Amino acid sequence: MPIGLNGHHIFVAMPVMSLHHGLIMATHDLHRMKEGMILAKIEIRNLTKIYGNNVEKALQMLKDGSSNQRIREKTRQVVGVREASFSVDEGECFVIMGLSGSGKSTLLRCINRLIKATEGEILIDGEDVNKMAPRRLEALRQEKMAMVFQRFALLPHRTILDNIAYGLEVQGMRRSERYEKALQALELVGLKGWEDAYPGNLSGGMQQRVGIARALATDPDILLMDEPFSALDPLIRQDMQDELLGIQQKLQKTILFVTHDLDEALKLGDRIALMKDASIVQIGSPEEILLSPASDYVARFVENVNRSRALTASAVMVKPRAVAHPKDGPLTALTFMEKHGLSTLFVTDRSGRLQGYVQAEDASDLVDKGIRELDGIIRDDMPTATPDTMLADILDTLAYCKVPVAVIDEQRKLKGVLVRGSVIAGLAGERRGSHA
Amino acid sequence: MHSIPRLPLAQWTDQLINYLQANWGTSTQAFSNQMESFIKGLQQVLIAIPPELFIIVMAFLAWWLAGRKMAIFSLLGLFFIYNVQLWEVTMETLSMVIASVLLCAVVGIPLGIFSAKNRTAHQLISPVLDFMQTLPAFVYLLPAIPFFGLGVVPGVLTTIIFAMPPVIRLTDLGLRQVPEELIELGKSFGSTFFQMLFKIELPLARATILAGINQCIMLSLSMVVIAAMIGAKGLGGVVWRAIQTLKFGMGFEAGVAIVVIAIILDRITQNLGKNNKKGEI
Repeated sequence: MPIGLNGHHIFVAMPVMSLHHGLIMATHDLHRMKEGMILAKIEIRNLTKIYGNNVEKALQMLKDGSSNQRIREKTRQVVGVREASFSVDEGECFVIMGLSGSGKSTLLRCINRLIKATEGEILIDGEDVNKMAPRRLEALRQEKMAMVFQRFALLPHRTILDNIAYGLEVQGMRRSERYEKALQALELVGLKGWEDAYPGNLSGGMQQRVGIARALATDPDILLMDEPFSALDPLIRQDMQDELLGIQQKLQKTILFVTHDLDEALKLGDRIALMKDASIVQIGSPEEILLSPASDYVARFVENVNRSRALTASAVMVKPRAVAHPKDGPLTALTFMEKHGLSTLFVTDRSGRLQGYVQAEDASDLVDKGIRELDGIIRDDMPTATPDTMLADILDTLAYCKVPVAVIDEQRKLKGVLVRGSVIAGLAGERRGSHA
Repeated sequence: MHSIPRLPLAQWTDQLINYLQANWGTSTQAFSNQMESFIKGLQQVLIAIPPELFIIVMAFLAWWLAGRKMAIFSLLGLFFIYNVQLWEVTMETLSMVIASVLLCAVVGIPLGIFSAKNRTAHQLISPVLDFMQTLPAFVYLLPAIPFFGLGVVPGVLTTIIFAMPPVIRLTDLGLRQVPEELIELGKSFGSTFFQMLFKIELPLARATILAGINQCIMLSLSMVVIAAMIGAKGLGGVVWRAIQTLKFGMGFEAGVAIVVIAIILDRITQNLGKNNKKGEI
């Protein structure tokens, strides 16, 4: 492929991807709808749940735009979820996040109809859960989805192995076969050897591993996780999060994950839906939520989060302001540096691949000696990061290394530079706009 | 006061009983015969067991379920009953208790499940249970005679009326106490109604249901004694005869035998629910 064309592609794609992620999603969806073929794994359209015994009037008021509180005062009906719409792709981890009472658990339970939605569509592989006959619903729950609970929900009268095999037992699988699968799931969560113990003998973290193993044992497409780590100690919670990420990398399930912990949401979610007062107030990638909060509420919410665990290098890197090429002479390089006030200059080849860097004193040495090629002084011991690297993972390097961190892609093309100023600004919560 | 006519509840009740007796008398008699042969069969089995063997087996059972002290108590207590020659009547009483508890469980547990699952059923069953538990036994003890004759059958049937409510109530309670999250667990994995019941709800309600059975046993024992008034015999029969003939010593012996049986049955069945090797949560 000609280099120029390649470069052109990148030039067009990059800003769109990084700055207008939402736009790309929208066109993607449009594309899909036109083709009318590929549906999202889960598609929620206008889902509303009203609690009470006379929802008709409340529903009408809701459609006319009355507030939840007004509806409650007038009709004594409580709005649980208000006109939620979103779609989740296969293999995506979609986090529903909000404070208690925001309706996130209700929303999750509408998806497998533990709670029946008052109105709206819940399409799973194109099939509406709300309209299913009881038998069909049972089959769907048995085969396609599994749930993980906040308080683990293990059956105290069953061994660990029998707990994990529960879903398979319900399917009517033979004992030997279901034990075999349950053992595999047990191994996956690292609890081999505990199969004959009872839940009462296990710590909280271990119990939730069993809960996850039980959900994985039936090999469902969709995992519904209702604050699965909220009841655990902070340290164990982090272990479990890492483990879930590991499992997810291996199995690529479609996950709906409910949490009230923003750090957890940012760590696990490919996309996050933020809920407040029964409504979804913003849907976006972790970075979008952090960097462009849709409302003051979201902004206040994300104020205190540990941004280094959510922001990636690409979010805070700056464009390399001056780049030398190996063919350039030391004088050119030195002039560049002086002009931009830099002590270090990255060197790339013609296609933008990072070769190394030169330092100002080396370059001026060369000039003094009258050498006209940079080759001799190019160093390649600079720290690098990829655009996806979490800031938390490179903060150390930034603190102790004199050279800025180069952000490169898989082809070693230089994408940007991390300098302390921009990173600190990013951590402090400054909007991206100020770097451009 | 005179303006409001007296409610003829007594006449109505008499008329109803007469009507029922006239129209259903034969079928209740047939049922009565069936039941009588069942209870008598049970009685004969218990009496056929050599007392020595029975005493030793019960002692071991008590040891296993209620500890060493209870084993010694049951050994001495049963030996006392054997010694004062009340063995056969005790077995009569025991067979009536067993028959009544079996029937209470067979009818009461499903009714309890129904009541836990269905709001209307719960609202209907609750007041009936109150009625069954508080209506003085004598009020329905005597009307039972025209339907089932004298003897063990009306005795056991009135015992059932008296002893079944706790089975229904505690089955209902036990099922309602199953944690919501475990119900959600069952549903979220696509369990059918019966899978929910047998794999989740009943196992979790087990201890509570067994507590109901324990109460049922105790109530049965006390009622079986009273039912001697309508010819149910057993230990109650001895007490009844002793009172009528003013043989207070004989009455006391039979009374002690009843206490012994009550304590043994209570301690053994009380620990059935707790004797869960798997350990509660």
